[in-house]
Amino acid sequence: MVNTKPSDEEILKGLGVLDDEEQSDSGPDVAFSVDRGPSDEPLPEEVSDEDLVFDASELSVFYGDFRAVRDVNLRVRRNEITALIGPSGCGKSTVLRSFNRMNDLIPSARVAGSLLYRGVDLYDPRVDPVEVRRRVGMVFQKPNPFPKSVYDNVAYGPRVAGRKKGLDDVVENSLKKAALWDEVKDRLQDSAIGLSGGQQQRLSIARAIAVDPEVLLMDEPCSALDPIATARIEELMAEIKSEYTIMIVTHNMQQAARVSDRTAFFSVELDESNDRRTGVLVEYTTTEKLFSNPDDERTENYITGRFG
Amino acid sequence: MADISIPKPTTGLLTTDALAGPRSRARKEGAVKWILFSAALVSIAISVLIVLSLINEARVFILEVDWANTWGQQGWFPRQGLYDMPTLLVSSLIVTVVAMFVAGPLGLGAAVYLSEYASRRTRSLLKPILEILAGVPSVVLGFFALFFISPQVIERIGRNGWLVVGAIMIIVYVGMVFRWARQAMVAEPGTTLRTQLIRILTLTTLVALGLILIWWINDVAGSSDPASADFFTVKRSGQLAAAAVGVGILTIPLVASVSEDALAAVPEELRAASAGLGARKMTTTVQVVLPAAVSGIVAAFIIGISRALGETMVVFMAGGAADAARFTASPFDGGLTMTAGMASLATGTDNVVGEGLTFQSLYFVGLVLFIITLALNVMAGRYVSRVREKY
Repeated sequence: MVNTKPSDEEILKGLGVLDDEEQSDSGPDVAFSVDRGPSDEPLPEEVSDEDLVFDASELSVFYGDFRAVRDVNLRVRRNEITALIGPSGCGKSTVLRSFNRMNDLIPSARVAGSLLYRGVDLYDPRVDPVEVRRRVGMVFQKPNPFPKSVYDNVAYGPRVAGRKKGLDDVVENSLKKAALWDEVKDRLQDSAIGLSGGQQQRLSIARAIAVDPEVLLMDEPCSALDPIATARIEELMAEIKSEYTIMIVTHNMQQAARVSDRTAFFSVELDESNDRRTGVLVEYTTTEKLFSNPDDERTENYITGRFG
Repeated sequence: MADISIPKPTTGLLTTDALAGPRSRARKEGAVKWILFSAALVSIAISVLIVLSLINEARVFILEVDWANTWGQQGWFPRQGLYDMPTLLVSSLIVTVVAMFVAGPLGLGAAVYLSEYASRRTRSLLKPILEILAGVPSVVLGFFALFFISPQVIERIGRNGWLVVGAIMIIVYVGMVFRWARQAMVAEPGTTLRTQLIRILTLTTLVALGLILIWWINDVAGSSDPASADFFTVKRSGQLAAAAVGVGILTIPLVASVSEDALAAVPEELRAASAGLGARKMTTTVQVVLPAAVSGIVAAFIIGISRALGETMVVFMAGGAADAARFTASPFDGGLTMTAGMASLATGTDNVVGEGLTFQSLYFVGLVLFIITLALNVMAGRYVSRVREKY
């Protein structure tokens, strides 16, 4: 028995929580202009219970006794795209993962504080993480199709949820929403491994959509893609926004500025006493304000490229 | 900090000597390379010589034997000039199949548990225990097979076990036919009446063949020893089934270890993706991890078969035949596998004497065994490299 069980660190890497190296998206070159078209009203700061999807207060995530991120207060609104940005190691992916309890897969991970999903405490002992993940889907950094056919990849989620009839329609609709249908409709039974990286990532999105979730969490979905594929994914996000609530972690500030309604900026605090880094939420406001007139000096330094 | 080295000129052209390096370093590197190369060469040369000597003696047997004596005779009686190969081949087959029925499920189960379910603590506790099992000398297991498995397990449970196997087969058959028929009726996607009929017919054929095999083993090829038909009579001698269970136990760690490597090679992202789509651990394991690792698992089984086929001591001790054996197709009789046949020929006070070709027959059986095992290992290698290609 040569292989040993992967260490926590390897698991974190596998899940994309720890980056092997800094990867930056290479989206089309647009400066930080936040253009939401003439018809857009300024986004309201207040939010009704009806539109509040996630409400995190004083949320901290630990790996063993290491506090990866502390005291996050974040309210996520329905049918908006919320971007989480910040330098590597600031805990933005960790926070994203706590929103559908993916951190449960790491044995040493635990959370403190409260995280409400439509009024329900996600970390209540009675809550089944499997049920949460059927409502809060996830798209990962690396495209990760199963070694199955395109059809079986998309049908996987509905099948594990016990759905047997009408799978053909689900597959077709999901692939259409993910803007992949025209490219794969003639090879649904071919292995998904043969698709290009951009197609694989759109397949991952189709797969997530097929479960009919309310929320889509996207963890740097474009970091492994070229600019053209990135642009397609961004278009796609804008198109499906009316049906889903989307949270996206990105290293790419232009991308956050292009696609999101609100942006949360995370930073890293170094604890001098034990040389450990903890992520903090520095500023969370509308994307327009964050990129044009941030309140916090750290945000300004980051978005102007003086730090991180 | 005082810099005592003479500053090298940093500009201008260099001579080759400046970059040539000391010559002794190059000589040492060269010597090490040759020493290691000869080590590799010697081991390969030894293997080749072994195979050559095997072929050489086997050649004499092949050229001189009366082929009528090697097929369809009463049994393997090498000292009387009867070299019935089916006797050895069928015994080897029985032992291998029964051993894999033990080692396959248990080994794969252990691998799945260790790789997917066990916490790191449990794993660090269980894995060494499994490895200890791999280190049990086969003579100990031979003893165990002869004095415990044969009288206590096989004699008491084994014979009636066939009835249980048959009953389970029938129950599974009825269930599957019912399910497929229902799928055809609700016209589930991916199922047509034709595919369902083909499925049902295939399964019917398989089940029928299985039941005929059980009946045949029980009644036709069954043991001729009247005492063993009595449930309460405990036979003291060995039998193929007991030896096979012993071989199976010996093979568990190998199957577990190779399967676990295959499971561990499945990228963590696939498990995360599956979990992210709302799949439970069991679903993820069965639907994603096992299919992704299937070529490695097949390789584990092939390596296990190869190991079971080559195991000697357990079958020699507990197989229930020494020296010579009548043809049998029943796991509950004593029998000689290829390995046990070779071992018993090469031991004993008279060493190998007998009719002219007795000595050479040993090499012939060895060659057959070598070819089968080699083919299995090449096959396993193919499957293992497929796992590597995929990720």
